[in-house]
Amino acid sequence: MVEHTVKAFDEDITRLRGLIAEMGGLAEVAISEAMASLVKGSTTLADAVIARDKKIDALEAQVDKLAVRVIALRAPMADDLREVIAALKIAGILERIGDYAKNIARRTGRITDRDRFGPFPLIPAMAEIAAEMVHDVLSAYAARDPNLAMEIVERDAKVDAFYDSIFRNLVSHMVEKPESVGTAAHLLFVARNLERIGDHATNLAEQVYFAATADYLGERGDRPEN
Amino acid sequence: MSGNRQIPWAGMLLALLTSICLVWASVSLLIVAVVAGVWFFSLWADRLRSMEEEPARQPISERPDLDAIARNAMEATVESVSIPMILTDETRIRAANAAARAVLGKHLVGQDTRIALRHPDAIRLLDQPDGSTVTVPALTVSDSVWHLTRHGIDARYRVIEMRDRTAEADISRAHTDFVANASHELRTPLSSIIGYVETLSDAGDKVDGALTQRFLGTVLREARRMQTLLADLMSLSQLEAEKHDLPETRIELPQLAQRVVREFAPAPGGAIRVEFEKGEDAPVVRGDAKQLEQLLRNFIDNALKYGDGETPVRVVLKPAPRNMTEVSVTDTGAGIAPEHLPHLTRRFYRTDPGRSRAAGGTGLGLAICKHIVERHRGRLDIASKLGVGTTVSVRLPLAAD
Repeated sequence: MVEHTVKAFDEDITRLRGLIAEMGGLAEVAISEAMASLVKGSTTLADAVIARDKKIDALEAQVDKLAVRVIALRAPMADDLREVIAALKIAGILERIGDYAKNIARRTGRITDRDRFGPFPLIPAMAEIAAEMVHDVLSAYAARDPNLAMEIVERDAKVDAFYDSIFRNLVSHMVEKPESVGTAAHLLFVARNLERIGDHATNLAEQVYFAATADYLGERGDRPEN
Repeated sequence: MSGNRQIPWAGMLLALLTSICLVWASVSLLIVAVVAGVWFFSLWADRLRSMEEEPARQPISERPDLDAIARNAMEATVESVSIPMILTDETRIRAANAAARAVLGKHLVGQDTRIALRHPDAIRLLDQPDGSTVTVPALTVSDSVWHLTRHGIDARYRVIEMRDRTAEADISRAHTDFVANASHELRTPLSSIIGYVETLSDAGDKVDGALTQRFLGTVLREARRMQTLLADLMSLSQLEAEKHDLPETRIELPQLAQRVVREFAPAPGGAIRVEFEKGEDAPVVRGDAKQLEQLLRNFIDNALKYGDGETPVRVVLKPAPRNMTEVSVTDTGAGIAPEHLPHLTRRFYRTDPGRSRAAGGTGLGLAICKHIVERHRGRLDIASKLGVGTTVSVRLPLAAD
């Protein structure tokens, strides 16, 4: 990026991007550790994820404050303004992703007889794709790479397909074994959270694309209804 | 330069000779004197001027700045070291060597340090004292492991050194589940071999000839299966050992694909089983020819094995975005249920164990393919629709010229 005449402005933008990256790193780890806690049934790991979510919230507040300050004091224009607006939105989305991860971690203790669930191995596979989307979109943000952002949007269809398959699997599971409806319902919510994480990763990709090119990626209309 | 400081004898001699010639040619003495005067003056003026400039130039030529030379050499050394290193001040990355730019991206210099190292553990290192080390998983790709060490330079700058520990972490992880799976797969044919041979040796004379032949046939088939399985296991472990060194040879993909497709050419008079379609351009990749051939052969084998047996398998070579090229193999047939797709590349994973074993599969084919693709820094994708068919595609990065 071109250096700004006002050095302090440059510092602010760099710091804003740094904060976003830090939030992103935390969100990524939250997803992978929430899934690890779910698969291993480790409540200590789950508690760690839940506790660390506060850090993400605190960082979001910092991003908000800094972004508002930059707009108020420096009146940014053109790509600088896009950068600040995108940072505001991205911080909001990352905070949501952190919440979804926290929600997954919360269910760790409530899932029993995890070995007997046929569809269970599908959920970590789905999480892997969603987590990779988040990872890559943050890399696209760091590199301001609109092409990578565009590619990530395409990957959301895969996550949605997984969600559909898991949904059907779990529903038939509930019908066959009414005694495990509780666990199946929790797993359904986990899959739902992962599906939302995938959607939010595409939202992030749209923001990255917008900040880099000033264009909007086309609206996607093929989200599942359930 | 030093010649300038001497008296310009040659010039003076030339001026003198010219003057004598002029006098000889009976030019007026006054004019000759004026010409010679101007000539000599210009020579002396030039000498004086060069002497004035001398003091300013002298230190550079005679006293080189050793510090600057050492600094340049140091810079060049660090730049070419294969361990990624980044130089940061309180908040920003100030410099990064070639290895670091390759791993973290070219954009990182001038950015906030957290942009490059966003993992919470890596960020924690930024607040720790010099000399500390952290282990960071998934810093670059999802199954990578890095050791980051911080070294202080002065009050303001510090160097972060990154060591790739992915290979070590991989080995210990892979070992445990692999041994379990492999011994299970080997035990199945082995126990049927033992069973049949035991029967034959215990009750050899009571079993009639035809049955003996059938038993022996089974024993032979199972033994052959163990042999293929062992061959696959060997090639998998070989691949695993070299999976982190990028292959070097430049390979022209269209020719390679053509070669593999030709192996599947029909017998004279038979129907075409494999169609090959390549675009206009001739993509070149860096790769290992044997492994890429094995990759394509495995895909076509699978497509023939699980396709409907009537429609030919289509092999398509076409360009892909982001400087990559794509090879895909498409069959028409039963397809694969979506819930199996994510697991297909796992070792010994089978969608239909009975059918796969009957077709002579070891359960390692796609695992081998995945390793080959990973070693070539490519991307493997399997798309399938039940009742329509399956497309396996691989994207490989094009070789830089």
